[in-house]
Amino acid sequence: MENFDYHRPAKLADAEKIIAKQKEGVLMSGGMTLLPTMKQGLAAPSDVVDLSGLGNVGIKVMKTKVTIKAGTTHAEVAKSGDLKKAIPALAVLAGEIGDPHVRHKGTLGGSIANNDPAADYPAALMALDATIITNKRAIAADKFFKGLFETSLRRGEIVTAVDFPIPEKAGYAKFANPASRYAIVGVFVANHGKAVRVGVTGAGPGVFRQKAMERVLAKDFSADAVAGIATKVDDLNEDMHASAEYRAHLVGVMAKRALKAAK
Amino acid sequence: MPIVTMNVNGKDVSGDVEGRTLLVEFLRENLSLTGTHVGCDTSQCGACVVHVDGKAVKSCSTLALSAEGAKVTTIEGVARNGELHPMQAAFKANHGLQCGFCTPGMVMAGLDIVKRRGKKLKEETIRAELEGNICRCTGYHNIVKSIQDGASKM
Ligand code: FES
Ligand code: FES
Repeated sequence: MENFDYHRPAKLADAEKIIAKQKEGVLMSGGMTLLPTMKQGLAAPSDVVDLSGLGNVGIKVMKTKVTIKAGTTHAEVAKSGDLKKAIPALAVLAGEIGDPHVRHKGTLGGSIANNDPAADYPAALMALDATIITNKRAIAADKFFKGLFETSLRRGEIVTAVDFPIPEKAGYAKFANPASRYAIVGVFVANHGKAVRVGVTGAGPGVFRQKAMERVLAKDFSADAVAGIATKVDDLNEDMHASAEYRAHLVGVMAKRALKAAK
Repeated sequence: MPIVTMNVNGKDVSGDVEGRTLLVEFLRENLSLTGTHVGCDTSQCGACVVHVDGKAVKSCSTLALSAEGAKVTTIEGVARNGELHPMQAAFKANHGLQCGFCTPGMVMAGLDIVKRRGKKLKEETIRAELEGNICRCTGYHNIVKSIQDGASKM
């Protein structure tokens, strides 16, 4: 790993100032993706601004929405009693990311800002119609994720929290890569009453909504309803773990499992 | 060069590090605590697990500087007064190791499981919780037994 200058500001304003000054600087939250990437030589920033000193941690459940601060770890999300009541599927999802040691460090903000195409959280944010709060503005999930490791975050913009509307029911199912625990395919379904949203991760170059499924599920929110709804193979990922056809098939299977698990 | 200060196994320590120095490098190279191992370069094997402020983390994926002011426990800090900790003794009694390379991480993970899930552990719980620890020798069976046994004796 190339050397860099390390900063661990205690205040958001200081983090903003430091990152604004460093052209080749990066923000780090838990570091669970960034550090392995740097070890492989795929990133060599001049400066690392560690956001873990901000203490931006916490889950607040309100009447119609849940706000989770960006620095909250997967372990904290997974074990939150309040969240398990409000959006149990989100707690389940967090508890299936990586392994226990990774969940002690990895955070919601870090995961979504990195936008790995096989990360779990993006599927939930899409399906739950979440809003990403940054130090500058609020961004709808639909506008936030831009495909392969890209988001609409601008230079120096820092994710501070995510707002999740509380759905009537939601469920998540993933077919995990047995070594990395990343999703080969993960599907998050959420029934918002008037509308249903389906977020798919792992299958394509970035998270996407399966709109054909959303349409039938709006009328009948059940596993049977999505039987026979195909996912277009054209744009899907293909690698040594799974072909595009296999991934397309898995979208259907995971959607059914997510619907069966929905609470 | 930046200086990092932390408490390791009850002792206050500090040392010169670089931004890129990993916690595991600081432990092994600066402090000569070589019980914590490095088994991979991809954050998967768990041979490097230590506790930072009471939580199990992978010290190969933690920057030394980010542990500034933290309380760190490594495998060397587990035994008391020259006696093996019940979790360590259980690994010995149950043949929970062959080459022993993964063992420090397994013991530290085992202690973390007990902290979060209690002393009465089901086999499935232990197997699921060991997701982040790889052993190339034992086939896991005796590791699971060791953790179950060690937990019950804590
Ligand atoms: S050395 Fe840390 S996970 Fe393998
Ligand atoms: S005992 Fe050899 S790696 Fe586990």
